[in-house]
Amino acid sequence: MSNLWARHKILETNPILLVIASLIVVAIGGLVEIVPLFYLKSTIEEVDGVRPYTPLELAGRNIYVREGCYNCHSQMIRPLRDEVERYGHYSLAAESMYDRPFQWGSKRTGPDLARVGGKYSDEWHLDHFNAPRAVVPTSIMPGYPWLARTPLRIDDLDDHLRIQQALGVPYTDEMIENAAADAVTQGQDFPDDEDGFLERYPNANVRSFTAGAETTGKLTEADALIAYMQYLGTAIDFDLYDDRTNIR
Amino acid sequence: MADAPLPVKRMTFGEAGVAAALAILAVAALIITGRSTDAGYTFHAFLFTIASALAVLLIVNRYMSRPAELPPREIDGRPNYNMGPVKFATIASLFWGVAGFLVGLVIALQLAFPVLNFDLPWFSFGRMRPLHTSAVIFAFGGNALLATSLYVVQRTSRARLVGDLAPWFVVLGYNFFIVIAGTGYLLGITQSKEYAEPEWYADLWLTVVWVVYFLVFLGTIMKRREPHIYVANWFFIAFILTVAVLHLGNGAAVPVSIFSPKSYIIWAGVQDAMIQWWYGHNAVGFFLTAGFLGIMYYFIPKRAERPVYSYRLSVVHFWALIFLYIWAGPHHLHYTALPDWAQTLGMTFSVMLWMPSWGGMINGLMTLSGAWDKLRTDPVLRMMVVSVAFYGMSTFEGPLMSVKVVNSLSHYTDWTIGHVHSGALGWVGYISFGAIYCLVPWLWNKKGLYSLKLVNWHFWLSSLGIVLYISSMWVAGILQGLMWRAYTSLGFLEFSFVETVEAMNPFYLIRALGGLLFIAGVALMVINIWLTITTDRYEELPEARPAAAPAG
Repeated sequence: MSNLWARHKILETNPILLVIASLIVVAIGGLVEIVPLFYLKSTIEEVDGVRPYTPLELAGRNIYVREGCYNCHSQMIRPLRDEVERYGHYSLAAESMYDRPFQWGSKRTGPDLARVGGKYSDEWHLDHFNAPRAVVPTSIMPGYPWLARTPLRIDDLDDHLRIQQALGVPYTDEMIENAAADAVTQGQDFPDDEDGFLERYPNANVRSFTAGAETTGKLTEADALIAYMQYLGTAIDFDLYDDRTNIR
Repeated sequence: MADAPLPVKRMTFGEAGVAAALAILAVAALIITGRSTDAGYTFHAFLFTIASALAVLLIVNRYMSRPAELPPREIDGRPNYNMGPVKFATIASLFWGVAGFLVGLVIALQLAFPVLNFDLPWFSFGRMRPLHTSAVIFAFGGNALLATSLYVVQRTSRARLVGDLAPWFVVLGYNFFIVIAGTGYLLGITQSKEYAEPEWYADLWLTVVWVVYFLVFLGTIMKRREPHIYVANWFFIAFILTVAVLHLGNGAAVPVSIFSPKSYIIWAGVQDAMIQWWYGHNAVGFFLTAGFLGIMYYFIPKRAERPVYSYRLSVVHFWALIFLYIWAGPHHLHYTALPDWAQTLGMTFSVMLWMPSWGGMINGLMTLSGAWDKLRTDPVLRMMVVSVAFYGMSTFEGPLMSVKVVNSLSHYTDWTIGHVHSGALGWVGYISFGAIYCLVPWLWNKKGLYSLKLVNWHFWLSSLGIVLYISSMWVAGILQGLMWRAYTSLGFLEFSFVETVEAMNPFYLIRALGGLLFIAGVALMVINIWLTITTDRYEELPEARPAAAPAG
């Protein structure tokens, strides 16, 4: 044993060796936990329905990211009885496979949002963003009235899709080309290119999400954020989903 | 000496190189300022332009006014320590500390009174909360680590910091990063990855600064006049090295374009979650633990005038801590879509981590053997010892919360916030305050602190604040966790979500009061430090009572 202490002296007198030894020691845990997630097939189950975000939903998601919503809202329903009853089916890894960054969150000052899509009307969301306490009197959420006043930037959405395509998200060249136009299409009632759009993004909600977009034809940040909210957790049809097919 | 030839004054390679690099950066940033279409990004590019141009001016100005020779590494065989950057980081730490604690109080009040968000984008909770966490962890804690590590490495190596401009570049560059990161959050420039919010260009800048920090630190150790590398420096090395690895892994992102502040992270979904908490937990493990243990291993023995309790324990403590910590990340992802095997590994190693954590605590506390009486007379030492006690408490609570069944209750609630603050206010805060109280008289050549009574008041006010803070958050968290899972006798969920939010209000008020008391203590500290530096008055440490004759 005393021999071992003597050997430790080598590290205590040689900074380069100390650095190398520390690097090896701290690398092990991370490698063991992270690397298998990229090749074990069981990490992300195979399910039907999950698709990349539409340009409008993506723009909405980026607003969610910008405003730091993750500070108070999770997007991860745990397989616990009360959570499944309160929020819906527990979250699957596949449901966030296109999320960059992931927004599972770590705190529920407000409720989980993983399956908020379709739970409330578009009007409710708009009123709620403008003045949360107008619809939920004891809510402690900040108001976001500027969203409905701020025009949505869509001219660079093609760049956003292109970067993600390079990172492996299955956006086609056609989707990239139509990014800005698709955002406008999705945010209107009965748009011209509805069929082409729905072919690119199956099961997307197509409608004017706020009255403002309906009357002025111009998208605001509120349109994008509500489009994102209404898609959250709706990709998979859980009547058809069988959790045993993925057990290997 | 009069007839010795005068040395020729030349710009060093470092001066010319850094000035040239910064000049190029200034031009590049100016081009981006002109072409960016995002207002916040334009502002940041402009800041980069101004700061780099100013730095070039400072370098040239310094060259013009300095003597031909650079400051010697030694004078008469004694090391000529470079304490300028240490002084800067010490003051910066206090400054950012006050700012970060105040923002914390604001967001605590916003949770109690939501009207305080004022419907302003930059003042809303979602943007202010990352400002609070970053200001406290990276600005207050980071500068405390810069100050202490650059001080300790010089004293324990008996060598001047290597590099001429490099130490200043580290300190100033790091604080510039903080300005960019903090203003970015308020402007809505964020990656929304917890504790890694800064966007790609801030991350790149930090990488450069951090590499130079590592080189300065390691280079100084290489030039040491002591045979051994002192134990505090092992911890500082592990901290600097691992934070670099974590930062690169978790920050890997591709910008939408060089003219856009927005980037997409190269990882997605479940892998991103795992990498984020590999980073996130080890920001705790290496930034807030290993680094501050370095502080503990130097300042507590120094202040208590006792050697570290056990050399062998510190060896075991070091290797066990850095090996085990890195595994603990998945305990932030219990019951999520992360595969079970990873969750189980995370929980197992988190529970094991309890051992080296308490090994370190014992080593710190037992260093006071034979000097316990000083706790009565020296409030600075008392602060540092209580800090180690808080370290012990939070490193017991952490493994407990990482057990899956406990986590199913505690996760997503304010219990986590309470846990974090017993570590942040108690451990990180107190050990930093203690180190700064020690450092300031040493750095400014004063005989002691202006007032020990003020230190005493600081200690008791903030202790009361911490107790109110963490106990209110414990109760709030456990209460909310239980309310979420409460069922009526008919088998329905008993409470709607918003009812559980309403129940939090009194605890949010108590928490804000606790924060206020903590800040009041820090205000006394600022006054005390200010008067210590600007006046020559000091209060002598009372003589410790002579030790009783040893038993037996």
